[in-house]
Amino acid sequence: MAVVFKKPEALTDAPLHYCPGCTHGIIHRLVAEAIDDLGILGRTVGVAPVGCAVMSYDYFSCDMVEAAHGRAPAVATGLKRAMPDRIIFTYQGDGDLASIGMAETVHAATRNENITVIFVNNAIYGMTGGQMAPTSLPGQVTQTSPYGRDVKTVGYPIKVCELLSALDAPYYIERVAVNNVKNVLAAKKAINRAFRNQIEGKGFSLIEVISSCPTNWGMTPDNALKWIDTDMIPYYPLGVYRDKSKEAE
Amino acid sequence: MAKVLMKGNEAIAEAAIRAGCRHYFGYPITPQTEVAAYMSKRMPKIGGTFLQAESEISAVNMVYGVASAGLRAMTSSSSPGVSLKQEGISYLAGCDLPALIVNVQRGGPGLGGIQPSQSDYFQATKGGGHGDYHLIVLAPASVQEMADLTVKAFDLADKYRMPAMLLADGTMGQMMEPVELPEPAEYKPDKPWTVTGTENRREHNIVNSLYLVPEQLEQKNLERYEKYASVEKNEVMYEEYMTDDADICVVAFGIAARVSKNAITEARKRGIKAGLIRPITLWPFPSGVIRKTADKVKGFISVELSMGQMIEDIRLAEECKKPVTLCSRVGGMIPSPEEVLNAIIKMEGGEN
Repeated sequence: MAVVFKKPEALTDAPLHYCPGCTHGIIHRLVAEAIDDLGILGRTVGVAPVGCAVMSYDYFSCDMVEAAHGRAPAVATGLKRAMPDRIIFTYQGDGDLASIGMAETVHAATRNENITVIFVNNAIYGMTGGQMAPTSLPGQVTQTSPYGRDVKTVGYPIKVCELLSALDAPYYIERVAVNNVKNVLAAKKAINRAFRNQIEGKGFSLIEVISSCPTNWGMTPDNALKWIDTDMIPYYPLGVYRDKSKEAE
Repeated sequence: MAKVLMKGNEAIAEAAIRAGCRHYFGYPITPQTEVAAYMSKRMPKIGGTFLQAESEISAVNMVYGVASAGLRAMTSSSSPGVSLKQEGISYLAGCDLPALIVNVQRGGPGLGGIQPSQSDYFQATKGGGHGDYHLIVLAPASVQEMADLTVKAFDLADKYRMPAMLLADGTMGQMMEPVELPEPAEYKPDKPWTVTGTENRREHNIVNSLYLVPEQLEQKNLERYEKYASVEKNEVMYEEYMTDDADICVVAFGIAARVSKNAITEARKRGIKAGLIRPITLWPFPSGVIRKTADKVKGFISVELSMGQMIEDIRLAEECKKPVTLCSRVGGMIPSPEEVLNAIIKMEGGEN
């Protein structure tokens, strides 16, 4: 019988610890499929964040480094400078990338560091139990914004793609989602592109993936996917924010 | 090889390159910026990396990345900057990664000043960041040692798979002396644990300090402390100066040891038998020689550019057998030979 669907080589057999309905699993798979498709498994090194994806070092079958909270782009910079022929990616959440690691993110981008950044935005700190994230929506109720995010006292969410595309340097920036088949297919294409850019030596590529957190949003998995459509995507529009290959034409 | 006249900070940089370090990440801070400036000139010419990081935190994490790939990497800073690096240093220790961190100390706490100090002794030798760990800490007392101990630090870091720190001070960094530079050596890593890509030929390697199962984390700590015990057994370095017949033993490192030697010479002229133990490794601390010396001297004088930090290790080493006094200046001040001499005279029981 012909195999039509199997686990990517770039994933190990370790069972994922993610909550039911969480879309980290889909994003892991898309990253792994890109690594498989491009035939780079043996020369890829991933950098895991602090947050829900901290244990992704057990899930990806390439060599992995666990970075301190927010420092993944700096660690990836060290890895890439040490091994320019290796493919280096970071996999980071919103607290990791857009709060404690904002300096590392912005500066890796402005150096056009030849790395691939997978940025998972689920508008909440998942691992620590649902606190307000730099990307939590205005009015969003979390453990540390129990009356809803009050923009007058804690400010507005950070739109990472828009922010980074204000820089001259970064090569490719796109925001995608994984809440339905159409979006997953677009996300797969974007992630693939981000790795291919690195192989071609183009520089910094960041893919922001709008992801769900049913547990900490207090929703059923199905409603969480709907909330991405009704609330997240209107605030965080999908699309390509920077594509230097187009600018060169 | 012929000697060349060099600044201490530049000697560190050149020695690191000759030890095979091709990756330097730093951030400007006085009084160590010459290390970065030197690296920025040299690295591009030899195919190495000089990168001025966005922060001290990023710099040490870039070092963490290179160390994970198995290559020799370093960062350098001065006291306030080294405080920022502590998170990364704890992670380096927790992942058993070799690397070199240079601290050309200045006065503190806070922003402090830019003049020499030794007040980061606790931070360097007792951990500094969170968790149970040690660094190998080397304390140069000449520009020659700035070069030699830089090479030594890389070698020890690799030998024991742990970060090492060169703990200098502003005087050592800024002074110029003739130095014989080490012979250049190519560094060829032989580290099966590194993350250089599996090449589809082995299971994936993971560089990590997270162990959620307490039994596993305890075991990791126990294993690391076995390694530390072996460092303590094998790698202690110190210099003894006129201690054979000494009645009074000065203990000092770095610039304080040089001042103390002048004071000892002067004391000897006055018929007071003083000597010096100069720790070269601050961790592991030369406790053994101090313990032995305690049996034959009246007491110890700890000469430091701090409010008295190393003095605690001296007391622990000599097990309170003899009095230990402190002779120190802080805030960027350096004790004069006369001040040290007065401390010696006082311990001898004479008036000054």
